[in-house]
Amino acid sequence: MSEAAVVVTDVEKVFGRGSAEEVMALSGVDLTIQPGEFVTLIGPSGCGKSTFLRLVGDLLEPTAGSVDVFGKPAHQARLDQDYGMVFQHAGLFDWRKVAANIELPLELKGWTKADRAARAREMLDLVKLPDFGGHYPRQLSGGMQQRVSIARALSFEPRLLLMDEPFGALDEMTREHMQGELLRIWRETGTTVVFVTHSISESAFLSNRVVVLSPRPGRIHSIVEVDLGERTEDTREDPQFFRASTEIREALRSVEDGS
Amino acid sequence: MLATTFVAVVLVVLLWEGYKWVGQQTDDRLPGTGIEVLVSTDDLTMPHAKDILGELLSDVRDGRSTLPMSLYLLKKAWFTLQEAAIGFFLGLVVGLALAVLMLRWRVVERGLLPWINVSQTVPLIALAPIIVTWGRLNDLPDLFSISLIAAYLTFFPVAVSALRGLQSPDVADVELMRSYAASWWTTLFKLRLPAARAYLFPAFKIAATLSVVGAIVGEISIGTKTGLGRAILEFAQRYAVSPERLYASVIGAAVLGLSVFGLVNLVERMFAGRDREVAA
Repeated sequence: MSEAAVVVTDVEKVFGRGSAEEVMALSGVDLTIQPGEFVTLIGPSGCGKSTFLRLVGDLLEPTAGSVDVFGKPAHQARLDQDYGMVFQHAGLFDWRKVAANIELPLELKGWTKADRAARAREMLDLVKLPDFGGHYPRQLSGGMQQRVSIARALSFEPRLLLMDEPFGALDEMTREHMQGELLRIWRETGTTVVFVTHSISESAFLSNRVVVLSPRPGRIHSIVEVDLGERTEDTREDPQFFRASTEIREALRSVEDGS
Repeated sequence: MLATTFVAVVLVVLLWEGYKWVGQQTDDRLPGTGIEVLVSTDDLTMPHAKDILGELLSDVRDGRSTLPMSLYLLKKAWFTLQEAAIGFFLGLVVGLALAVLMLRWRVVERGLLPWINVSQTVPLIALAPIIVTWGRLNDLPDLFSISLIAAYLTFFPVAVSALRGLQSPDVADVELMRSYAASWWTTLFKLRLPAARAYLFPAFKIAATLSVVGAIVGEISIGTKTGLGRAILEFAQRYAVSPERLYASVIGAAVLGLSVFGLVNLVERMFAGRDREVAA
């Protein structure tokens, strides 16, 4: 029996309950994600996609409903360090060198110095930055920093990778390059990815399933299955890719129209 | 660095003497007007720079022996430096501890921060006798009491800046540590303290100079037998006879303050230097 990676059941999240600024961010959300899946959340701003990601990562607690990760409550999964997180800003610690940044989660897990160094080298190879371990983050470009951030998130082989608009601050070319890199890493590591974006092409190119959310309160509007097989750079010009993008776009349009 | 200091000293001397010279020519009035200048330029109010500097070399009595003024001040400054150093480190520890407490519990921050601000409005002169009396009742040396007075000044900038520094990391950075299931203390040591560095060093510099001020004021209000404060007090009482001496002792105090400031600067450079080496 293969146990689901993420099971979200009838989740509701209200911010500032009882206050004048009470906001219903999510309501009645159900979603199951299988191990090894790449699922993207897309929707207009304010649809609660970041909130959803934070609920899965146990950075927020649902007001109602439950979030289970690998068969246990999200809280336990966080304590078990099942998560790797990547945010829009690389969020590297500027007083640590690149390698030391990648080693941070390993350090917290109590790995030995030698093991940490070895893993940091592996990860730097994986994200194609083998010569930058001794640099400080500020010496790297935005795209390189984001790759380090991904390396840091993957360094301890988390079972679930949560990414909140990780390429949002990058220029288009870097962004496409990073998408390719991410897919390669995803295939190599077999990890499960939940990815938040508001780019239609990004969601179509990356994922097995695209979850389209509607705002106020955030709900799942529809789920678009994307089957493009093995992605390459040619995929971006594949009619199938356009068809998937169109389907996502239309779902988003109907969200905007309020249907 | 040394050249800049030299130029600055020369500039101050030139300004001093220039002002004095003009005042002497115009009988203490602004040139071309009848308005009196703010500070009169006679030798009692503004002794010649060469007399003040010369005073540093002339002999002064210290108990039964005599020695040059500069050595005399250096000897006195040594005591003051010890008091200031203890006061500085006490203030640093207390300031950091308060900042961590306020970071940990919002309630503490709300309850404590106003008092920390109020604490600095209490005049040191009023506080000093209380601390000394308490210290003597508990058989503590006066040196320690003076250090406490200095610490009373130094903990303030450290506590306030450290709190801001510890609160400076982005929400995303804190969330990252949370996603690793890092404890509050781990987050403090791996994220918040290193992030606070940029806030801490400026506060340490202010605290270092304040520690000297606190030590000198402490000495004066306690009536100790030694230290720069004592020397300043004595020369102040004999200002009418030899104003150069008071100015000379003030220079001594300024040099001491600048030295500790420079010392903290040096420590900061050592930290920053490590980063820069790799960057190059």
